[in-house]
Amino acid sequence: MTVYIIRRLMQSAVVVFLMSVIVFFGLHVVGDPVYMFASPDAPQEEIEKVIRQFGLDRPVYEQYWLFLKGALSGDLGRSYVFGEPALKLITQRMPATLELAFVALFLAVVLGIPLGLYAGLKPHSSVSRTIMAGSILGFSLPTFWVGIMLIMVFAVMLGWLPSTGRGDTVTILGIEVSFLTLDGLSHIFLPAFNLALLKISLVIRLTRAGTREAIHQDYIKFARAKGLSTSRIVGLHLLKNILIPVVTVLGLEFGSLIAFSVVTETIFAWPGMGKLLIEAIQTLDRPIIVAYLMMIVVVFIVINLVVDILYSVLDPRVRLRDQTV
Amino acid sequence: MKSLKIALTTGVALAALTSFAAAQELTIGLSSEVTSMDPHFHNLTPNNQVADHVFDSLIGQDEKQRLVPGLAVEWGPIDDLTWEIKLREGVTFHDGSTFNADDVICSFERAPNVPNSPSGYGTYLAGKTFEKIDDFTIHAKTPEPYPLMANDLSTVSIISDETGCGATTEDFNSGAATHGTGPWKFVEYVPGDRIVLERNDGYFGEKPEFAKVTLKPIKSGPARVAALLAGDVDMINSVPTTDLATLKENSDIEISEGVSNRVIYLHMDQFRDASPFVSGKDGSDIPNPLMNADVRKAISMAINRDAIVERVMEGQAIPAGQLLPDGFFGVSDSLQPEAFDPEKAKDIIAEAGFPEGFKLRIHGPNDRYINDAKIVEAVAQMLTRIGVETDVETMPRSTYFGRASRGAEGDLPEFSFILVGWGAGSGEASSPLRSLIHTFDKDAGFGASNRGRHSDAEIDGIIEEALRTVDDEKRAALLAQATELAIGRNQAIIPLHYQVNAWAARKGLTYKARTDEYTLAQGVTSSN
Repeated sequence: MTVYIIRRLMQSAVVVFLMSVIVFFGLHVVGDPVYMFASPDAPQEEIEKVIRQFGLDRPVYEQYWLFLKGALSGDLGRSYVFGEPALKLITQRMPATLELAFVALFLAVVLGIPLGLYAGLKPHSSVSRTIMAGSILGFSLPTFWVGIMLIMVFAVMLGWLPSTGRGDTVTILGIEVSFLTLDGLSHIFLPAFNLALLKISLVIRLTRAGTREAIHQDYIKFARAKGLSTSRIVGLHLLKNILIPVVTVLGLEFGSLIAFSVVTETIFAWPGMGKLLIEAIQTLDRPIIVAYLMMIVVVFIVINLVVDILYSVLDPRVRLRDQTV
Repeated sequence: MKSLKIALTTGVALAALTSFAAAQELTIGLSSEVTSMDPHFHNLTPNNQVADHVFDSLIGQDEKQRLVPGLAVEWGPIDDLTWEIKLREGVTFHDGSTFNADDVICSFERAPNVPNSPSGYGTYLAGKTFEKIDDFTIHAKTPEPYPLMANDLSTVSIISDETGCGATTEDFNSGAATHGTGPWKFVEYVPGDRIVLERNDGYFGEKPEFAKVTLKPIKSGPARVAALLAGDVDMINSVPTTDLATLKENSDIEISEGVSNRVIYLHMDQFRDASPFVSGKDGSDIPNPLMNADVRKAISMAINRDAIVERVMEGQAIPAGQLLPDGFFGVSDSLQPEAFDPEKAKDIIAEAGFPEGFKLRIHGPNDRYINDAKIVEAVAQMLTRIGVETDVETMPRSTYFGRASRGAEGDLPEFSFILVGWGAGSGEASSPLRSLIHTFDKDAGFGASNRGRHSDAEIDGIIEEALRTVDDEKRAALLAQATELAIGRNQAIIPLHYQVNAWAARKGLTYKARTDEYTLAQGVTSSN
């Protein structure tokens, strides 16, 4: 397994490098950042000063070389508009996004698995049909629309939950988290639910399909014949076997929860990385975009690795080893 | 269950507390976000408006951008090359230090030299030398007569020489150095989430009504409106034009509106004999018709400004006939918005040698000005109606401005016919005249945004003379004259409209609408 992990890490390094090339050169084809942040009445002389200051007058490959040299020592460049290191700006906002993603994942699991199980065990009941119809809606409604609707209903009309921003935070192990305060929880619920909606639907459908398939398998029949209680059959034998695809998908989806919470964060003014990214794209703050994408690549690589390791824990038949051996 | 009960009770108690405190606290939802709390870091509206809460300049700008005393009480030229500025006595910074001439000198030294600044304040301070005469008198010298001294000085925040001048941008973001003399004291800055300020009870000017203010960036327009309707914020800026009508009918909401200093205009290629996005009806190359002032005038005539204002802008604009709305310094009394006359426009274009009309492409941004892409489409339709077949290409501002400014070979403007806006930060007519109308001159800093490269030596001369004329009355007349020639005779640009900005607040709050589009918590008053 150690060999497997080392090999995977080496492959990952190549992926990270290729990604940096694509992102860096791709971004430099688009637009001219100087006109994004230079004051419109700035004379040409001033604009050229700014161009030189950010090294934009150098050829792209030279800029890339400088970036690569910095990146190897952990410096992914300095934001044009904030004047601070891009990595610092991203990590500053990371807890907010991670918190949102974890709460969304939590909602997806605690709502999705029971509902999916129910729909799988009693496929013909009207409740199951409602669940499945709901999951189709969850799939097909666009996030930005659902977000606005959630705000309209729960914040504007009913006034139950706040519409915007992050609530009070407490510091735990040096990280600011908001889900431990009442105010924080009330703020996180709507955006997390909005973000989770698609994942809930996904988990429901996966769990249902898995259940429908597994319920007719011999080991379930055998367990029944042995006289085990339904709760034990479902809770232990069935659940354990249908969890593998769910874990795979949730692992990948967790990455996308972190990386693409952009829409939700913008609508709910959630001070996370997604909001930072979308603003960086609008203002062509290249160092932030590059640093963000590099970080997301790393996140995906790590998650995939963790999922592979989790497999072997969940299913003893899966052995992690070098494919060529 | 029990814990739920406790949670509910606490929730109710908290809600009661918040509504009690609400009278003293103000939360504002802003469409933009600061990039730094350092007032010298980035010369950009979102930053300047937040800096104006905590810091003062020597000279302030009131809601109509008229110059008013700030940290200076009197100012004026004592000879052609020297301005004398008398400073206010008895002012203390939030850090407790006393304000005097040393603070001013060190602020002006720091402002143009902030490391990593993407756009600084050097433009306003270049060519000026400042000399401390005594603790409360400063002389500003320029090599040539310079009338805009006071306007320039109104843009630069004064920081404390004890804690501010040696500080880094990071120190301002953390609050360690964020000590101004302004109406609000810095409490907290959480990037992307909020800025919290408390009232400065020792403020020398009019003290704000509220004890505490929270500025929250909410970029999405619908979300901003929802936050206001839900009561999460007390006031928002940049109300989306589509929501304005419904909000006006809502009796719990009060709207404050005011015309801005921003003119939306069309710039035309006036430097290429064959312009890249102009062709004959059959697609053949034709001499650039936009070189002809009559054709430019005809295009202006073909545009129904009232229709754009009413339909596209939903009333949130005023038709424009020059570079700044009435009431600003240096505007012309005689220029009116061009009357809509498509028939005459057609005739003029035929007389100019294009009886068949021609083909044109208009370029514009789609995320910069209020409804910008829709305006571009409307203009294209109106021109097509008079035989100038116009198609539309809009793009995000991140690509647009770079290409519009220097996208073509030789760092020349790429497009033939574009929509842009100009906000006169100085609040007077020399700002658009020198940047948009004056011949492009990189070394002298003229025509920096002259993307049509209009050039007229006579007008250049008048603008330059105005910029040397210290006497206000004479200068205003020169600026008006230059505007009349540039718009009335040459049609160097085609002004469309001035944006009207709207703020919405919960009932009982009013905002003094500002022409510079700033949202300042000290301008919010409760009407009861």
